[in-house]
Formats: sequence, C-alpha cells, structure tokens
Amino acid sequence: MLKIKDLRVSINNKEILKGISLNVNKGEVHAIMGPNGSGKSTLASVLAGRDIYEITAGTVEYNGKDLLDQAPDVRAKEGIFLGFQYPVEIPGVNMMTFMRTAVNEIRTHRGLEPLSAKAFLALSEERKTLVEIGSRFDGRSVNEGFSGGEKKRNEIYQMAMLEPTLAILDETDSGLDIDALKVVANGVNKLRKPENATIVITHYQRLLDFIIPDFVHVLYNGKIVKSGGKELALELEIRGYDWIKKEQGEN
Amino acid sequence: MAEGENRKLLDEITQSDYKYGFETNIETEFAPFGLTEDTVRYISAKKNEPEFMLEFRLKAYQRWKQMKLPNWAHLTIPEINFEEISFYAAPIQKKAPGSLDEIDPELRSTFNKLGISLEEQMRLSGIAVDAVMDSVSVKTTFTDTLAKHGIIFCSMSEAIQHHPDLIKKYLASVVPVSDNYYAALNSAVFSDGSFAYIPKGVRCPMELSTYFRINAKNSGQFERTLIVADEGSYVSYLEGCTAPMRDENQLHAAVVEIVALENAEVKYSTVQNWYPGDKQGKGGIYNFVTKRGICKGNNSKISWTQVETGSAITWKYPGVLLRGDNSVGEFYSVAVTNNHQQADTGSKMIHIGKNTKSTIISKGISAGFSNNSYRGLVKVMKNAENARNYTQCDSLLMGEKCGAHTFPYIEVDNVSAIVEHEATTSKISEDQLFYCLQRGIDTEKAVGLIVNGYAREVLSKLPMEFAVEAQKLLAISLEGSVG
Ligand SMILES: Nc1ncnc2c1ncn2[C@@H]1O[C@H](COP(=O)(O)OP(=O)(O)OP(=O)(O)O)[C@@H](O)[C@H]1O
Ligand SMILES: [Mg+2]
Repeated sequence: MLKIKDLRVSINNKEILKGISLNVNKGEVHAIMGPNGSGKSTLASVLAGRDIYEITAGTVEYNGKDLLDQAPDVRAKEGIFLGFQYPVEIPGVNMMTFMRTAVNEIRTHRGLEPLSAKAFLALSEERKTLVEIGSRFDGRSVNEGFSGGEKKRNEIYQMAMLEPTLAILDETDSGLDIDALKVVANGVNKLRKPENATIVITHYQRLLDFIIPDFVHVLYNGKIVKSGGKELALELEIRGYDWIKKEQGEN
Repeated sequence: MAEGENRKLLDEITQSDYKYGFETNIETEFAPFGLTEDTVRYISAKKNEPEFMLEFRLKAYQRWKQMKLPNWAHLTIPEINFEEISFYAAPIQKKAPGSLDEIDPELRSTFNKLGISLEEQMRLSGIAVDAVMDSVSVKTTFTDTLAKHGIIFCSMSEAIQHHPDLIKKYLASVVPVSDNYYAALNSAVFSDGSFAYIPKGVRCPMELSTYFRINAKNSGQFERTLIVADEGSYVSYLEGCTAPMRDENQLHAAVVEIVALENAEVKYSTVQNWYPGDKQGKGGIYNFVTKRGICKGNNSKISWTQVETGSAITWKYPGVLLRGDNSVGEFYSVAVTNNHQQADTGSKMIHIGKNTKSTIISKGISAGFSNNSYRGLVKVMKNAENARNYTQCDSLLMGEKCGAHTFPYIEVDNVSAIVEHEATTSKISEDQLFYCLQRGIDTEKAVGLIVNGYAREVLSKLPMEFAVEAQKLLAISLEGSVG
C-alpha cells in the first residue's frame, strides 16, 4: 500500500529525514517510536502533504501512485488520514459543519452521493459512541476550547467518520488518561480492517498493549535505525533509547 | 446555521465570479445628464410631488452646490463627473402596476433571476419586499397584509403622496440635509426607496425588505429610506442590492434614516453586493451611503448589521444617536475587500441620554490589492451618565498586497463613561488551512469555512435567509485569494 524509498527531507536547509525506507501493507499496524525531535511528526506531515518541507530525495508510492505528486486534500480524499499531534483550533467553524463538509468532499471523490443532514447525523451518532464523546462537541467550534484529551478523541472520531485506508496517528495517546487511552485504542481497533493499514507514532509501550502492532520501528536522528516485532517496544520501555544512541554512535 | 444550508452554500462556492452581472433590456426613461436646478424640478415633476417636497429638494440642491467632496476617508476616489450622470432613470411601465400581472414581465423576470419573488406566497418565510429598479420602486409586496396591523410599508414616492404628515415630520430628521456632501446630493435628487411606519405596540409579523437593483447605464441611484418605529413597536428590516457588470463606475448615494420611539426596537440588516468591478479594478459601484438611526425614546434600541462584499468603493458609517435614556445602539459588520476594492466603513455611536449602551463589532477581511479601513466614532456627551461602549475591531489579511487600517475616534465628556476598544489583526493560519486540507476539504472551501468562522459573530445576527446568502457571498468574494 505504502512504499517509502530513501526519503530525504529538509526544512530551512536543515536535513531532518535522512533516508527513510518503509513498506506498509494492507492489514498491517506499524508503530514508530523514537526520541523527541527524531523526525516522527515530520515524516507524518510529509506523508500528509504539508508543503513547508523540501523533499530532496526519495520516492513515496501509495496504492501504486506517486504520493508526493498529490495535493494534500487529494491525498485525504484518496484515504490518507493524519491524526494530528497538535489538533488545530478553528474558531467560529462549527465542528459538525466541518465534519460534514469533509465527509461529503471525500464521498464525492469516491463517487458516492453526499450525505443528507439526517444521514450524516445518524452516522455521526454511531461513530461518536466509538470514542465515547456523547454530545460534548455539538454546537462547538472545531477544537476550540477542547481539553487535550477531547482533542485527541476528536481526532479518532474524525477518523471513524472518514474511514481512511491509511491512518497515521501522531501521538494520539499523549495527554490521555488511562481510561481515555483504552477508549481511543478500542476505537482504532474497531476500525481495523484487512484492507486498511495504520501507522501509530507513540512514546509509550502502554498504547501498544491495546493496539497490537505487527512491526515496531525506531526513528532516530532522521533514520529508521531498528525494526522489529512488538517485543522491540517492550525492550525500549525497559532500556530506553540510550543503547540505541550508543549503537548509532559506534556505527 | 442549519447544516443543510451550510452544505448547499459550500457547493455553490465553486461557481465563480459575480452572479448578478446581467443586464435587463428594458426601455428606460432618463433625466438629461448633469445636475442643475432644472434636474431637481424634473425629478420632482416626474414624481408629481407636492410643493413641500420640491422646496425640500431645491434647498438641498442649494446646500449641495456650496459643499465640497469629503476627503478625509482612507480612500482613493477618482474624480466623479456629475455632468456625465443621469440623476433619474426609470424603467418604462405603461402605468403604475396595481397587481402583479401588470408588472412588465422583463422586470418580473429580472427580480426572479435575483431570487426576489414579487409574488406574495408565504412560502419560505414571507418577507415583504419593496423592489426598486434604478430610480423607481417596481412593486411592494404584502402591503395589504401589513395594513391590517396598521403598518405602512410602501415606496418613498407613495409615502410622499399618501402620508405627507409623516414625511414632513421625519424626513431628514435624523440625517439633516446638510449633514454631508452625499446626503445633500441625495436630498436633492433622491428618486425612490422605502418607507415603513410601525404603529404603537405593534410587532411587525414579517421581515420587511428592500431590494435595490441598478440596471441603467450612466445613471446614479439615489435612494432614500425612512423607518419609523412608534412606541413599543418592533421591526426587522433587510436590504439587498446588486448591479450589472459594467466597465464604467456608477454612483450610488443613499440615505437611510431610522427613528425609534420609546421602547421601540429596529433591526436593520444589509447584505451589500453591488458590482465590485473586475479583477483589474475596472468598473464597479461607488457606494457612498449615510445611514443613521435615532433612539429617540427611552429604552429604545437600534441595531445595524451589515455584510459588505460588493462595490468598488464603500464609504459608510451607520450610526445611532442614543438620545433616550437606557437606549441601546449596536453595529455588527463584516466588510470584505478583494482585488482593487476599497472600503472605509465603521460606525458612529453618539451617547446623549443616561445609561445608554453601544456595541460595535467590526470584522474586516482584505485580500488581493484591496484596502479595508475601519473608522468609528464613539462620543459621550456631557449628560450621558453611565454610558457604556464596547468596540471590537478585527482585521483579517489574506496575502501581502492588501491593507487593513483602523481609525477609532473616542470623545468622552462624562467621567462616568466606560469605553472599551479592542483591535486585532490576523492572517488565515497555515495550520488551520492544512488541517482542513488534510480532511479532504480543498483550499477554496477551506478559506470559505475559516472566513465564515471568523465572521460568525456578525453573521449570527442576520435573519436566517440572509445569513445563508451572506455566507455564500463571503466565500465567493474571496475566491482565488489564497493558494
Ligand atoms: N518548521 C520547522 N522549522 C524548523 N525546524 C523544524 C520544523 N519542524 C520540525 N523541525 C525540526 O525537525 C526536527 C524533527 O521534528 P519532529 O517534530 O518531526 O520530531 P518528533 O520526532 O515528532 O518529536 P516529538 O517526539 O517531540 O514529537 C526537530 O529538530 C525540529 O525542531
Ligand atoms: Mg512529534
């Protein structure tokens, strides 16, 4: 589904991603871990199409097509979803209006009829229960005044509404209490389908107790320096990143 | 805002450009070009006016001749050649239409195309309309229904004929003839407009509205509107306007006066969408308007809401004279300028009575090469104990070549007054835009959403039908200004 080959990315002439290669197939869950500032969010943003980065080398193929060629809204319409590490507030824009616009844009792109107000609300109610947000967002502006945890739940609610093919969740677990963490993980698991894939970026093994990854990658200093199964996450939890840093230093 | 409407609106954003730029082919009668005393007499005679009106006009004309064009606004106004303007243009109808069938089909279809129904179906909302094309009122709907409540709603010309006492009493009582250059000009040559009188204790059962359409070439539109709300009455009034796309500029100099007596409340909403000119700044309407209300009685309230998206140049400062004790004045405005448009707009709140309160919320949005200025005056007079004003004035800049300016004037002559002023300038944030894009919403629609969010506080003051229209307009006027 996703083939990243030797991807190099700079910002203001500073290289941040220094040759990343990663394959994600249908049905898989990949976890990306790594110390602060190693480039995890940068990778996620580049995949989603943020245009502040300079891509200096490499290719990304998504469903057989060149991804880097596509505008960010087209990528979203083609099924890429980014759960933001820092969800953005849009004052005055009603959350439901926003969501309905997004849902219908994506439906139109997929050749489906736009949802009527009624059908939208029904779908929305159903998906809200996945993340247990009740009516907390009704009548409010996009993320405005939401608590940290609410913002994260809102990301998962949006994911549930948009039914992406490839979801990239950037630290959706940070800032969540343990109950919320379970709720969010549960939501993600329910949306897992054989034809979809998920990339979860996290600092904590704890999330991976609930969302079981097929692969764990360690991103360090702009490179994937280690890949393994879910036991790698456990090892990191116990040993921290120092041993990896040391290994890298020795190389 | 209902989701359905919002959605529909967003679908329509993809349509581009000025939708109302068509021209109606109808035989039109013009006054000879230029402005002399004879022109004033010509107009008055055309309208078969009583002597007092002719006198009123001639006096105004004499004043106007002595006045100079104002130049204090932050605007670049090309010289207007009054010799090349016809001050009166009327679509020719065989006789004054009594019923709908007698209205020229061309006119009817024009208003239909504009989405204004001259048919009195209570469909949708049942808004009473006074439809004005160029210098004359074409048709006023629901007059009979309203008459049952004692409400007078008719064209200004009819009011002059049938309600001369009210006209004598209130016309120019809020905006004196010599108030300013354009007000004097309007007083001399105004041709039509709307008149509404709401009697004591009556809550007007439907929205009243005037729809102004400029059609004829080389003409100016000078309409005059007067609304009188008697004690304890309430009315909500809407005003809309459009004009064909033309290469030359056209002048629109209106005067609107509102009188609110004791315990009365008037809400006046405008969606101004005159032709703004093309992307290079050619053509468009010069919109020089004087709008003022007086809260004459105690506990009265006047509220102006405006969404300004059109016109090449806009110059207007709807204000309220807060004469009655405990009276309230409000001004909510969204002004959008794009391409080469210029706007200098804001409000004047004059606190005269005790415990008077005013609120000014102004949201400017500038894009392209445009210039958008807020200009406001808050004045607290000596005897205005405990006056309160809150002014908030926000500017949103889209792009690097446009300008936003704020000129707040505050004059306080009473120490008990509390006057607050807040101002912000912002840009559409890349983060917000990217967040929308990442959800599959393209740039145009995202800008539409974000801008409507920014203006929500003002849009929410508009009556429903108008709010939908206004949201569409905001998005359309800003098309192509980002990305
Ligand atoms: N807009 C920017 N301008 C300059 N430097 C940037 C910018 N965005 C990211 N960087 C730098 O790129 C590096 C990688 O940042 P990134 O946000 O991708 O890290 P991360 O792995 O997600 O970290 P964290 O775990 O703290 O979220 C950091 O050194 C950061 O300062
Ligand atoms: Mg990060």
